[in-house]
Amino acid sequence: MGGKVVTISSGKGGVGKTTATANLGISLASLGKKVVVIDADIGLRNLDVIMGLENRIVYDLVDIVEGRSKLRQAMIKHKKFDRLFLIPAAQTRDKMAVSPDDMVKLTDELREDFDYVLIDSPAGIERGFRNALEPADEVLIVTNPEVSSVRDADRIIGLIEAADKGPGRLIINRLKTDLVKKGEMLSSEDVYDILGLTIIGIIPEDELVLSASNSGIPVTLNTQSKAGLAFNNVARRVAGEDVPFMKLDDSPGIFQRLVGLLNGR
Amino acid sequence: MHEELIAIKGFSDGLLISLSPTESWQSVTDQLASRIDEKADFFAGANITVELGERPVPKYELSSLKALLERRGLTLSLVRSASNTTQKSAESLDVPTDNGAAPEAAEPMARETAPVNSEETGTAGVLFRRTLRSGRTIHSEGHVIVFGDVNPGAKVIALGDVVVWGKLRGYVHAGAGGDATAIVCALDMSPSQLRIAECVFRSPPGRRKKIMPEVALVRGDEIVVETRA
Repeated sequence: MGGKVVTISSGKGGVGKTTATANLGISLASLGKKVVVIDADIGLRNLDVIMGLENRIVYDLVDIVEGRSKLRQAMIKHKKFDRLFLIPAAQTRDKMAVSPDDMVKLTDELREDFDYVLIDSPAGIERGFRNALEPADEVLIVTNPEVSSVRDADRIIGLIEAADKGPGRLIINRLKTDLVKKGEMLSSEDVYDILGLTIIGIIPEDELVLSASNSGIPVTLNTQSKAGLAFNNVARRVAGEDVPFMKLDDSPGIFQRLVGLLNGR
Repeated sequence: MHEELIAIKGFSDGLLISLSPTESWQSVTDQLASRIDEKADFFAGANITVELGERPVPKYELSSLKALLERRGLTLSLVRSASNTTQKSAESLDVPTDNGAAPEAAEPMARETAPVNSEETGTAGVLFRRTLRSGRTIHSEGHVIVFGDVNPGAKVIALGDVVVWGKLRGYVHAGAGGDATAIVCALDMSPSQLRIAECVFRSPPGRRKKIMPEVALVRGDEIVVETRA
C-alpha cells in the first residue's frame, strides 16, 4: 500500500502552517515513518529555513517538474533523521510554474517510497492552494483562535469540501489559555462551534517556537516545549494513534469541558 | 404588468437569465435592465449566465448586453446559445459559451416562472444540504432552505423565505424583491445582518443566554424576532 498525502493549509497567512509542517515531518520521522515534506509555496519558500536545510538546496520543485532534476537529486535529507526528506520550493519562479496535475504525478511517485508526503500549502485560495489540494488524501487546516483566521479557515474548508477532499481536521495553533480564561481569545470550543471540524491538535502559544524556527531546529526536538509536545501528539494522531489531549491549564474546568467536547461529538 | 420576456433562476454559481428568443432585442434588453434596477439588492455582485436560445446575436448586440450587465456590477460569465452566430460573438468577446444542451431551458421556460406567492402549487426553492461557509452566496428567486449552518461571511439572498436548520450567523436577505411578508427561521438566530424587504436588523452584541428556534418577520416597519410555541 502506498503512502498518504497530507496537505497542511490555512487560508490566512502567518498562522503557522510552515511551522506545523516542519514539526509534523520531524515528529512522524521520529516515530519511525518515512516522510517527505514538500514546500508548495513557490516564490516564497521558507520550509527549508525552518528545518535548517537552506544551505543544502541544489534543485527545487520547479526543477523536478520541468525535468532539470531527477526526483532523488532534489530531495534533501534531514541532518538528524535519515528517513526525513525535503523538496524545497523555487525561490525565483511563481506558482504558475507548477500545475495541480504536476503535483499529482509527483506525489504518486513519492507514495511508493514514503509513508507520508506532507505538503506545505501557500496562503490564499489561488493556484498555489489548488496545487497543494489536488493530490491530498487528507487536509489539515491550521487556524489561530482569532476571528479573522477562523473566517479564512472557514472559506477554505468550503473549497476543500467543494473539491471532495473534505472535511479535513483542524489544528488550533497559538492558543493562550490565560487570554481564553479572561474571555479575550476564542476558546477551542468557540472555534469548533463555528467550523464544525474534528480537532486534531491544540498547540499552546510558546516562545520556544520562534527561537526554534530562527535556529532551524524545529520545536518538537525540544522536550521542554509544550508546543513541541503538542505537535508530537498531532503527528501520533495523524499516524492513527489515539492520544488524549494534553492538559494546557491547571483549571480542571476548561480541561474537562474540552475532553467532554472532543469525546461527545 | 408587461408580458414576461425574460426568466431568472438562481443556481449554485449565480443566476441564469433566459431571454425570449423571438421578441425584439431592444425590448428584451430594456426589460432586463429594468428588472435588474428594480431588484438591485437581489442581483448584487452575481455571476450571470445568459441563455439566448436560437436567436442569432451579432457581436455588437452581445457586447452591449455585456456592458449593460457590467454597468450594474454584474459579470457575464457564460453565454448559452444554440446559434453559431451568437457563439462566435461571445468568443470574440472572450465570454465562455455552451450550446445549451439542457433543452428544458429555451422558450417554454419563459412562461414557467410562477409568481413567488402561488400557494396551491408551492413555490420554487433551493435546498442546500450542508454548512454554507464564509465566502459562499446563495441567490434564489424562490425560497432557500439550508440544512446546516450559515457561517459568518456567507450570504443568502432570496426573493422568498429563508429557513436555516442550524445556526444562522451570516448575512440573510429574505424578500429581497420587496416582499415584506417574507420570514426567516433559524434554530439559532444570530445573523451578522438580517434583512427582510427594505428592513434591516442586526443581532444585539454579546452572547445570548438561551438558544432556541426563532422566526424573524416584519411588523410595522421593524423586524422582530419571535419564538413560536
